Amino acid sequence: MSLNTEQFILNIGPSHPSTHGVFRMKATMDGEVIVELEPVFGYLHRGIEKLAEQRTYTGIIPLTDRLDYLSAMSNNLAHCIAVEKLAGIQVPERAEYLRVILAELQRIASHLIAAGALLNDCGAFMTPILYMLREREKILDLFEMVSGQRLTYSYIRPGGLAQDVPAEFLPALQKVVTDLPHFFDEYDQLLKENEILLARSKGVGILTREMAINTSASGPVLRASGIKWDIRKADPYSIYDRFQFEVPTGKAGDCYDRYWVRMLEMRQSLRIVEQAIQQMPAAGDIQTKVPALIRPPVGEIYSRTEVPKGELGFYIVSDNSIAPYRYHIRGPSLLNLTALRDMIVGWKIADAILIFGSIDICMGEVDR
Amino acid sequence: MKFERYGVGLVKGLLVTFKHLFRHPITTQYPEQRLVPSRRTRGNELVWNNVKCVVCTTCAKTCPQGAINMETEVDPANPGKRIITRFEVDTGYCISCGLCVESCLYNALHMGYAYERAQYRRQDLIQSNDGLLASETRKASAFMHTDMEKDFPEQTLLIDRNKKKAVIKPSGDANIEPAAAPPPESTPAAPAS
Repeated sequence: MSLNTEQFILNIGPSHPSTHGVFRMKATMDGEVIVELEPVFGYLHRGIEKLAEQRTYTGIIPLTDRLDYLSAMSNNLAHCIAVEKLAGIQVPERAEYLRVILAELQRIASHLIAAGALLNDCGAFMTPILYMLREREKILDLFEMVSGQRLTYSYIRPGGLAQDVPAEFLPALQKVVTDLPHFFDEYDQLLKENEILLARSKGVGILTREMAINTSASGPVLRASGIKWDIRKADPYSIYDRFQFEVPTGKAGDCYDRYWVRMLEMRQSLRIVEQAIQQMPAAGDIQTKVPALIRPPVGEIYSRTEVPKGELGFYIVSDNSIAPYRYHIRGPSLLNLTALRDMIVGWKIADAILIFGSIDICMGEVDR
Repeated sequence: MKFERYGVGLVKGLLVTFKHLFRHPITTQYPEQRLVPSRRTRGNELVWNNVKCVVCTTCAKTCPQGAINMETEVDPANPGKRIITRFEVDTGYCISCGLCVESCLYNALHMGYAYERAQYRRQDLIQSNDGLLASETRKASAFMHTDMEKDFPEQTLLIDRNKKKAVIKPSGDANIEPAAAPPPESTPAAPAS
């Protein structure tokens, strides 16, 4: 006697707690195993690229906040660097250091969310993510102090920063920097040897070296597959060539490596912040004199930076008017998502949630 | 996956969780206790200084959302000058980016310090003319006005609340001010059913 079986389609999402936003995975199932997967996105499309073409170069900054809203400061920086390269604007020394400090703090804050959300998907319901949110809150306090907002900062401007940091910023920053390693150790004690996490994530959702390159993955997803590629080292922008830090890589390219690379990166970011605090000039200009309406010369530029999730590039075409002629965003979340199908196919549905969480995407950037 | 000694990692992790039983809570019981926000808070309401304003409409042109609407006309008494007849901000469209405040050359615009802006009706979100002036309940924040920063209390930082001494005090933490500032607006009557 033989059982008559057939494949069926299971929709995960668009509105599902583990899809980190409005994302739909159309999975073809053979029993509990996924045999085919089609990612469906676009539910959060706001037309940011087209909106940007009607705005001034400064007016675009609030839009970049809303790309990847967990790392708004890094997005501001990426946009401003692109505009500065296009218009040939120099940035004062002190502003450069403050930008690096803020961008690296943002990387820690974003990785804390990424690791916490991954563990939430893994079944460690709410405990690790709340420990991590607590430390992120301290960083957000600093951002609120300098910019007045907790999530959408709009703080970095072409040619510097919107305004100087207040006097109490540096003492508070120093306290955060001395405090954080203790909590990183605590996370390690909590999870590094946790058998449940290891059993769930080791060897699951492997992205091979070749596949990682072919799908043009970037950021921690690429580095977890064993490729030492970090734009801060490979193509230094801002003043990253002045700092000493390492680029942590994984070996297997599985979910655990992606988690672990992020935990190591946070320590490296902290190293950069510490060095920047020491090297930073105590006083100085914070903003170069730029016209209120920037009119870059006719031309085009592609500028890329390393944001927490990977390579964020801005392609801007200027026609010497106050708004860009073409404004294209190359976001890391979308490109990392292209590897999703290859990682998931063959795994069970419970692993699929974990693999998806380990990529750490932000739907605001995928759909734009 | 095989482990040499299954459970050691779990126990180590649980020790961390166990330590948390004795930690001071870092959360705040919100409506009763309030944290002091940043001096540069970009609250969701603009504060307008109609004395300093010279009706250049730069703020309206800068606003990325088009939330500011200005209507001007020539001053009948002084034909070389323009006067403002209507200054209207749709705070429902405002994204609190602060670009209007930054662009104002005459220091006539401020972001608000208050942060509770819920309204019962959508049209109440549109504020205009005298409704935009500073008052007891509509305090301007120091965003882009560094000289005002000394007038504000220091922001509550979570990093300062982690001290071991704080564990002893279950309530009345020094960093939390009691509900000093009332909500910026008087509560409107509940909508008629």
